[in-house]
Amino acid sequence: MSEQIILSARGLDFYYGPAQALRSIHLDIPAKKVTALIGPSGCGKSTFLRCLNRMNDLIPGARAEGSLTFHGEEIYQKGRDVAALRRRIGMVFQKPNLFPMSIYDNVAYGPRLHGIRSRSALDETVERSLRAAAIWEEVANRLKRPALGLSGGQQQRLCIARALAVEPEVLLMDEATSALDPISTGRIETLLGTLKDRYTIVLVTHNMRQAARVSSRTAFFLNGEVVERGPTERLFSMPRDRRTEAYLTGCLG
Amino acid sequence: MSRAGERAAQAVLFLCALAAVALLLLLTAFFLSSGLPAIREIGWKEFLLGRVWDSADRAAPQFGILPLLLASIYGAAGAAALAVPLGLLTALFLARAAPKGVAACVRQLVRLLAGVPSVVCGLVGMTVLVPFLREWLDLPAGDSLLAAVLVLAVMILPPVVELAEDALAAVPAAYEEASFALGATETETWFQVTLPAAGSGVLAAVALGIGRAVGEAMAVLMVAGNVANMPTLLGSVRLLTTGIAMEFGYAAAGSLRQRALLSIGLVLFVLVVLMNALPHLARRKGGRP
Ligand SMILES: Nc1ncnc2c1ncn2[C@@H]1O[C@H](COP(=O)(O)OP(=O)(O)OP(=O)(O)O)[C@@H](O)[C@H]1O
Ligand SMILES: [Mg+2]
Repeated sequence: MSEQIILSARGLDFYYGPAQALRSIHLDIPAKKVTALIGPSGCGKSTFLRCLNRMNDLIPGARAEGSLTFHGEEIYQKGRDVAALRRRIGMVFQKPNLFPMSIYDNVAYGPRLHGIRSRSALDETVERSLRAAAIWEEVANRLKRPALGLSGGQQQRLCIARALAVEPEVLLMDEATSALDPISTGRIETLLGTLKDRYTIVLVTHNMRQAARVSSRTAFFLNGEVVERGPTERLFSMPRDRRTEAYLTGCLG
Repeated sequence: MSRAGERAAQAVLFLCALAAVALLLLLTAFFLSSGLPAIREIGWKEFLLGRVWDSADRAAPQFGILPLLLASIYGAAGAAALAVPLGLLTALFLARAAPKGVAACVRQLVRLLAGVPSVVCGLVGMTVLVPFLREWLDLPAGDSLLAAVLVLAVMILPPVVELAEDALAAVPAAYEEASFALGATETETWFQVTLPAAGSGVLAAVALGIGRAVGEAMAVLMVAGNVANMPTLLGSVRLLTTGIAMEFGYAAAGSLRQRALLSIGLVLFVLVVLMNALPHLARRKGGRP
């Protein structure tokens, strides 16, 4: 299989102070595919995801060891420009976290930050991002209204639009649909289908059916380790590790 | 607690709250009843827009408070213009940028500054600031609007810092996380997300600062020179508060002069109430859902 590896962990350890949260992770994330991270609560999925864009830096006492690369360059290299990294690796959180600003300003926030000032260029970026996040029709006539007035599902798609507006290569999503109703969830899954040709997506989910529906590769985490990884179809139908099988049977019942 | 006890306790709470409200109503009634007659007698326009305040002249006293009103407004606005940016930046430093130990230390110092009595601020202003201004700007006298502005700025800095820090601390971490995840640096995040998100709280800090500055008398009395000129930055000025503080003792009971001073009290009262109402009004208008 000739797929390009964009993110790669080799013996990645991660510690919150004295507590080790990730143990020698080996995992490759292929470009322009959806990779799902599954596993029981507390097994380190979010921790791994937040290593990729170094959001863990904000936690005092947290540190990573081993190798984690993006396009072959160490993510945790000393002197690495973290802001620039995060611009290329966007993130959507579990709970929508829009700014208390207008819809337009939320989406334009990133582009403005990165130096786009011209009104027409901003308008264009905002519209393109909103369309890409499949929410343009719903908000086109209320761009100046407060973003926090939208429904939860709309807010989450707006978060996706806001992340897309800075044109990242990778989109990290941490249980981005877990707080949403089935219809909103369905919309976002459909949306992921349209995004995966252009973006590398890494998705943490507790919803096994969702992982099976949208991802092409899956990694199963347990107690801070990657127990099994592989093409989603194969992993779900013929798990090689007993623990994966037990977890999947437990979940899918 | 028994049911009756519970009732009694709640009744006491209610009565206390009622007492606070009643006091405020009494105060309002007092200012209206004592302040309005003199204004009617002098004439609204003459009183508010008259450019000469010469209440000591027995034959033809003049009660135009415009010089005092403007001096108060300029003084408060000037002090706010200095103290608000400084206070906001200090608050931002304390709430976000400073290491814990440093923040605790600076916070203590700011609290200490808040505790310095007004008369001591005035004393320092009088013995240090005023002579300095006189020398430095080559003025006949250093007592001036500028001196008042500087002293006021120092005095309102602590409450502005404290209130602004509270407002910043209340900003949800999720906003900042979202900003970092979009590739913003810390400074970009603090100025473009944290400060605006603290909006109404910050506005309350500003309003409190201005309100305090308008109401301050003692320290200003000691550095402003107290001549009722139309205000200029480097000239001597008299403010609404210092006008009352200086003259009330000399005004004969029941005289128009005394009643005009009470009218100034009414004007001050209205100004301070307006400043306090401002953040509430703004919140209602531009409020978030
Ligand atoms: N900020 C933190 N400080 C200390 N320990 C943490 C912190 N965040 C997570 N942990 C610990 O690290 C381990 C992995 O947590 P993580 O959040 O990565 O799990 P998860 O797989 O995302 O779980 P969930 O499915 O519940 O979100 C857990 O034991 C957790 O208690
Ligand atoms: Mg998690």
